[in-house]
Amino acid sequence: MMAAPEGSDFQSEGGHGAVPTADVPATSPGSRTRREWPLWEVFVRAKRGLSHNHVGSLHASDADMALRMARDVYTRRSEGVSIWVVPATVITASSPDEKDPFFAPAADKVYRHPTFYDVPEGVRHL
Amino acid sequence: MTPADAPPPVATYALRLGDDALVLAQRLSEWAAKAPELEEDVALTNIGLDLLGQARSLLAYAGETVGGPGGQARTEDDLAFLRGEREFLNCQLVEQPGGDFATTIARQLLFSAYQYELYLALQDSRNDTLAAVAAKAVKEVSYHRDHATQWTLRLGDGTEESHRRMQDGLDALWPYTAELFEVDDLLRALVGDGVAADPERLRPAWASYLEPVLVEATLDVPETSRAPSGGRRGVHTETLGYLLAEMQYLHRCHPGATW
Repeated sequence: MMAAPEGSDFQSEGGHGAVPTADVPATSPGSRTRREWPLWEVFVRAKRGLSHNHVGSLHASDADMALRMARDVYTRRSEGVSIWVVPATVITASSPDEKDPFFAPAADKVYRHPTFYDVPEGVRHL
Repeated sequence: MTPADAPPPVATYALRLGDDALVLAQRLSEWAAKAPELEEDVALTNIGLDLLGQARSLLAYAGETVGGPGGQARTEDDLAFLRGEREFLNCQLVEQPGGDFATTIARQLLFSAYQYELYLALQDSRNDTLAAVAAKAVKEVSYHRDHATQWTLRLGDGTEESHRRMQDGLDALWPYTAELFEVDDLLRALVGDGVAADPERLRPAWASYLEPVLVEATLDVPETSRAPSGGRRGVHTETLGYLLAEMQYLHRCHPGATW
């Protein structure tokens, strides 16, 4: 995963996962007279049994339209069997500024990975 | 043309349906890169591509069936790009210019509601090709109708301006819907044979779909006695010539061009 560039307006890290927070018309849906359409994050389930994955975002006037537009923009090549749309404003994302407190402490705890442990001789069914 | 030279009725029927889809696909392509929003741009051109796919199947079938000079089959490209305006058999509704976005949505609503009922009925056609095309297309058109409905509700029951534009679009296009349900001798015979869908039976279903949509959208059903007609005989409004000029230009300048 790419690191967010310095001074970026993106809260979460990297390309498609980015959730812009500044200067984006990510207002809450509901008003009929709003000039800019609110932003929606789109999640697509590729097939039954898999989870929904974030695929991108789009602007739409309301949830119903967002769902239809997501169908047109993100599932034109049979990418999915189910779509979720979520108002971008309701997503709370971790900030790049908090990257170290959030994620660095995990880096030196190699014993949290199963590969840290040697499997003793003679152990079967592991 | 003597009766002996006349194409089989089913070929003419397939041409009518195929030309409807082809001309509307061309009209929708005019929104490419110009729709109010990127997402809507993709939606309208997607719908156009669905229609183009239907047109290809129907014109290919018509071409195999109708034959050309010397009895040779004509390809879908021959039919799409090398016929003149008077040889196109689409209804006049689909050739009407898109106007503003609301007019395009009005055209989509009126036509896709008709086309949905048409394909629904055609699935039971005795003609296997038409039944197969209809079975595939009915799912596509179900979405087209839903797309137009969603927009009709939002524009009609939106702002003062969006309401006015939506009503204007409906008023301008409504007269052209009469032609969708016309019956002539050719169609009557095909309906009798169980090949074609009976327009007179499509109309009530069409109307009962539209009515609640227009009510919810706070739009009035236009009252008009105007009923322009002639598309099925190759008589069109002036605008079709310009549309074909643009659509056919490349193929006529570079015959057989591919990419």
